[in-house]
Amino acid sequence: MTGRARTSPSTRRGRTSPRGAPGGPPAGALDIDQLLADRTTEIIVCCGSGGVGKTTTAAALALRAAEQGRNVCVLTIDPARRLAQAMGLTELDNTPRPVKDVGLDGGTLDAMMLDMKRTFDEVVEAHATPEKAQQILANPFYVALSSSFAGTQEYMAMEKLGQLHGQATSFIQDSGEKVTKAWDLIVVDTPPSRSALDFLDAPDRLASMLDGRFIKLLLAPTKGPARILSAGFGIVTSALNKVLGAQVLTDMQTFVAAFDTLFGGFRQRAEGTYALLQARETAFVVVAAPEPAAMREASYFVERLAGEQMPLAGLVVNRVHQNGADGLSGADAESAGRKLAQGDESDRMTADLLAIHAERMRVAARESRLKRSFSAAHPGVPTASVAALAGDVHDLDGLREIGQLLAGQSQPVS
Amino acid sequence: MALSTQLHVVTGKGGTGKTTVAAALAMSLAGDGKRVLLCEVEGRQGIAQLFDVPPLPYEERQIAVGLGGGEVYALAIDPESALLEYLAMYYRLGRAGKALDRFGIIDFATTIAPGVRDVLLTGKVYEAARRRNGNGFAYDAVIMDAPPTGRITRFLNVNAEVAGLAKVGPIRRQADSIMQMMRSSETHVHLVTVLEEMPVQETIDAITELQSERLPVGQVILNLVRPPLLSAGTREALEDDRITTSTVAQSLAKASLEQAAAPALIAGGKAHLERQRLQDGQREILEDCGRPLVELPALTDGIDLGALFDLAEELRGLA
Repeated sequence: MTGRARTSPSTRRGRTSPRGAPGGPPAGALDIDQLLADRTTEIIVCCGSGGVGKTTTAAALALRAAEQGRNVCVLTIDPARRLAQAMGLTELDNTPRPVKDVGLDGGTLDAMMLDMKRTFDEVVEAHATPEKAQQILANPFYVALSSSFAGTQEYMAMEKLGQLHGQATSFIQDSGEKVTKAWDLIVVDTPPSRSALDFLDAPDRLASMLDGRFIKLLLAPTKGPARILSAGFGIVTSALNKVLGAQVLTDMQTFVAAFDTLFGGFRQRAEGTYALLQARETAFVVVAAPEPAAMREASYFVERLAGEQMPLAGLVVNRVHQNGADGLSGADAESAGRKLAQGDESDRMTADLLAIHAERMRVAARESRLKRSFSAAHPGVPTASVAALAGDVHDLDGLREIGQLLAGQSQPVS
Repeated sequence: MALSTQLHVVTGKGGTGKTTVAAALAMSLAGDGKRVLLCEVEGRQGIAQLFDVPPLPYEERQIAVGLGGGEVYALAIDPESALLEYLAMYYRLGRAGKALDRFGIIDFATTIAPGVRDVLLTGKVYEAARRRNGNGFAYDAVIMDAPPTGRITRFLNVNAEVAGLAKVGPIRRQADSIMQMMRSSETHVHLVTVLEEMPVQETIDAITELQSERLPVGQVILNLVRPPLLSAGTREALEDDRITTSTVAQSLAKASLEQAAAPALIAGGKAHLERQRLQDGQREILEDCGRPLVELPALTDGIDLGALFDLAEELRGLA
């Protein structure tokens, strides 16, 4: 890839320091703009448990990077309907499409939604002869594997990431000239996994399954004389026939035989994906919400990524409640509210507002306890907090606002 | 006569609190003196964390006692153990069972072989729900902390998955019997949601899917509902901008608080109104889907065992 020169913070365009300090944010804060401006960051993977706003975070990061001049592709898994519409994701053709009205300074944004079955089909078609591909695509085991196996989505998200990375695409420049070059940043959302494990393990699990002893044994009859079957395998097949019915075993054998040509490829691809995730141009952003379960999952993720030597950029905590009225404690608001509740009409209204403030402060206190215990356990992990917005995000302006919050540029009261 | 005990399947989009609701429902039934089994099927150990007990094994263990003398047992079902148990129970496959494991077949069956995983997970729930103890069932109710809404119909509809593969044989028979129970009037699929756009949309989609597969939809549980904190008068005044920085500042001064806090307090009040408005809008959308709605409040201090008792109280009489 070209353009690896590091952009120094001082030359970055349009960045204001949120806290007035020229030296950048305090230690422990995740500097999103620096991450996006760093041309050596080519892949950002957003991961975390379900319902924490991964898709929105991925989309907001991608949009912000595009508006800072990068050529970005965002790969989303299951965006909310209106968010998908806002990004022009109305066609489900498994190909990135340009998002309109985005991009300054030559920056561009393309977006796509993963179609896991189609991605899998394409892998098969690319690696097997047309007749063999037909055979595989029609096999009931393949159909179920490609549409409902509890790891296929994770596997295919990573497969698609590998494809997009380095793939050439065309841009129309301001001058009207058409140029073809690669995306220089791919932002990927990860599927809402059953557990955090799936996303990292699925490629390997699938590959070792397709590579495993059992498969080899199933293949054996089609490859050589039946006598190579061990006595142990005889017991196994008869047990399987008993439990599953004979026809299942036949289907399985057909499936495995047809898939045989792809096995080596799968193992290799899984290894390639893994290496790509470990590479220095990749940055993981763990996304969480300030809830015990989500923060626990985030801790787990952080530890797992470290164990796998995968580069972690930091933690994003979404929907954080911040103190809107500086210096007014929850306890003061509560006791004053009780006094004012006995007063005139406007005192009673103020008492209502103080009650909201007190409630908010209780929530904020609980959330900061959670964030503190995370930081205590993982002191080296930079963190960005995104304030809770009153409404849902479903247009580009909403994503821009989230992007600003991610970069620490505004602190709305909500 | 019923072939199984009451089965409550609790599903919801990630982050809506389905595990909490499943646990609260178990506590609520135990509060009525019932003996309840609470199962999880996704290996997340969410139940153990909620009840603050060590990780659950593949074994039914008592984890709580209800106020009414009922008991809550918990079980974490994993497909590998379920398969080995199934083979041992029905086939006495001691030696072959080990051989299966050695050849990686347990792995194959529980991860790749389509639908088998779900047959095994639901199969264990099926076994527990039908288990008898003297004249009655071993449990008065079985509650399953199920996979999320996006996957629930496929998960419960194991028959369809397996039918395409195993046309005969015990796995097929097992799948058929499970389906029969899932579609019976003893089963209730409850959907947990929060009042936000995406979870509400998923809930409505799931109701349609479940109904088209003839799976019985139970209650829609609105979790983490924020109570309105403003009186009608204050709400109207905020809407009409009749509350001003100066009126609030005057009141703050009376209470010896910083007057400078006034604009932020008003903004906070308006944001609260906006959230209430969005929440009401989503509630109306759900009301149109024609299922009974139950509301559970957001608890400021988070969820612990005490909070579970509170939520259980709110769910009293639901099941």
